[in-house]
Amino acid sequence: MNNTLFRVCPDTGLKFHRPAETLMKANAVAAVVFLLVGGFYALLVGLTRWQAVHLLAADQFYMVLTLHGLNVLIFWILFFEIALLYFCSSTLLGCRLAAPRFAWVGFALMLIGAVMNNVIVLQGNSSVMMTSYAPMGAHPVFYLSLILFAVGALIGCFVFFGTLVIAKDEKTYEGSVSLVTFGAITAAIIAVFTIISGAIILIPTLLWSLDLIAHIDALMYRLIWWGFGHSSQQINVSAHIAIWYAIAAIMFGAKPLSEKVSRMAFLMYILFLQLASVHHLLVDPGLSSEFKMFNTSYAMYLAVMASMVHGLTVPGSIEAAQRAKGLNNGLFEWLRKAPWGNPTFSGMFISLVGFGFLGGISGVVMGTEQINILLHNTLYVPGHFHATVVIGTTLAFMALTYWLVPILFRRELVMKKLASWQPYLFGGGMAGVALFLMGAGTVGVPRRHWDISFSDAAGAVYEFPGAANTMLALNGVFVILAVAGGAAFCVIVVASLLFGKKLGEDEKSPVPLIAEPPADADYEGIGSGTITVPGTLVFALVFFASFAIYYFVNWKYLGETWGIS
Amino acid sequence: MSEQQPDENGKEPLMQRVLDNPFILLFVGVAFPSVLYLVWGIMEIVSVPLGQ
Ligand code: HEM
Ligand SMILES: [Cu+2]
Repeated sequence: MNNTLFRVCPDTGLKFHRPAETLMKANAVAAVVFLLVGGFYALLVGLTRWQAVHLLAADQFYMVLTLHGLNVLIFWILFFEIALLYFCSSTLLGCRLAAPRFAWVGFALMLIGAVMNNVIVLQGNSSVMMTSYAPMGAHPVFYLSLILFAVGALIGCFVFFGTLVIAKDEKTYEGSVSLVTFGAITAAIIAVFTIISGAIILIPTLLWSLDLIAHIDALMYRLIWWGFGHSSQQINVSAHIAIWYAIAAIMFGAKPLSEKVSRMAFLMYILFLQLASVHHLLVDPGLSSEFKMFNTSYAMYLAVMASMVHGLTVPGSIEAAQRAKGLNNGLFEWLRKAPWGNPTFSGMFISLVGFGFLGGISGVVMGTEQINILLHNTLYVPGHFHATVVIGTTLAFMALTYWLVPILFRRELVMKKLASWQPYLFGGGMAGVALFLMGAGTVGVPRRHWDISFSDAAGAVYEFPGAANTMLALNGVFVILAVAGGAAFCVIVVASLLFGKKLGEDEKSPVPLIAEPPADADYEGIGSGTITVPGTLVFALVFFASFAIYYFVNWKYLGETWGIS
Repeated sequence: MSEQQPDENGKEPLMQRVLDNPFILLFVGVAFPSVLYLVWGIMEIVSVPLGQ
């Protein structure tokens, strides 16, 4: 093996292909920059929806909301995911990255697209929000920038698949790829479908904005756009779940309870997760109930089941590893004595719990055709997806980043104290945002609405219950906390990269960065009786009970909306 | 999934071969939603009668 092309990490033994490493760094840094930009816009949006503050004027609000959605949902997440794909292929399989030059072209396209998009939206004539529903039109450059970005991301996916082929040909691993890499494969597959759907809809829309096509059908646009918009979220879910598995292995030496079951759960994602795109179309006319029900019930529940498998095997594997290390007392000693001060662990665990309890339950409830009518297009929707894509995905990415700073960037983390608090601040703030947005949605407050008091409309249009304003105000308070938590992350990472103590190439980090896996023999006799992971079992029962109660409450609420006489 | 052993003919179980081949997975992962979501959905929209 050529030594100049590879370096072996002194802490983990991972083999980094240098060109791949540079690409990962570039993508990760770009990701954090766009998170910072998008987070700033989040503050402005949150403070505008706080009725008593009402910061921005109407036209600015919709422009800033567009900027917020695109910068965080698309640019932050996708740059990070490309870095992750390269890590899970080249680094975890210990092989060279396929076509690094091609990967740089992809990176350049993404960067150009993202910058162009920000510039054109800031001009003020493309405030169409991230969904850009036709026939509401944006400047042609808006669509062009998204297409460039998507082509760049697609190149990244091809480089990833190419790298898998290289690893196989050069036999850099034995047997099957690791579960974490398998999760990344799942993400990349969903990404390919996502980007194809995006191309099918955005290219005609670009031509339409240039007057080369006369008409874009609104319903057709929504259908195909959501093949892109929803599926892109499933890339995130697969990616952050791969990270949960990775962090369980890194922090505890945990191994999945059953590789086979976890892999089958990822396969269910590949087959079914993208079909749930229909939950965005549940109130659209022209689509049959068969289409809606099949895709959002039968198919979606299979995908949801897979999420529950992941959501339970990850803490289960941590519990088993902790018990094997001797923390075998009672139900929860393993959890109490977990490294709560380490942001890689706490971030991952908050991500898992928040994603399951807040994001998962609200998603299944809202994805039920009958209940959807209560919540469609209300603030409940952003409430739900801030639990999934912010607490779930974003926090998991942050957690991994704390670990990557010394491993990938060879710098010690600075502001460690702040870092140990950051996941709580961000996760707690975001939980508040998610809950109060959902609360506001439950009392009917619409999403993407500049002013629910209709102050500039002649004659009051609708009076919301007082609780609506309270929810929005509480949301505003938590927006500030969450933004502080997000900013803390960006500051810690940037400061570490610039000023953190440099670690030499063969110098071990002063703190151990990877846990020894417990020996197989240590796993014998753990748990109580025949149940090896009783704590996780209790956790699962609490989850099911919360889910059932909340589901029932919503049906009851629906039942009261239209009385039967 | 090293826990699964090849059978007598030295072949890995079918499911394992499927899971080990990213390109088969890529194919089904694109084909499934293309048919069940895109094609089915587009057919329904196209068959909505035009308004007068
Ligand atoms: C710093 C923390 C964040 C806060 C406080 C925050 C807050 C908000 C608020 C209040 C809205 C407006 C809802 C409306 O009026 O309809 C919103 C929209 C949105 N947010 Fe966030 N957000 C944050 C981070 C994120 C992140 C990290 C993501 C994605 C990874 C994200 C994705 C979105 C999206 C996609 C929208 C919808 C935009 C649209 O309707 O077009 N947010 N956010
Ligand atoms: Cu969706």
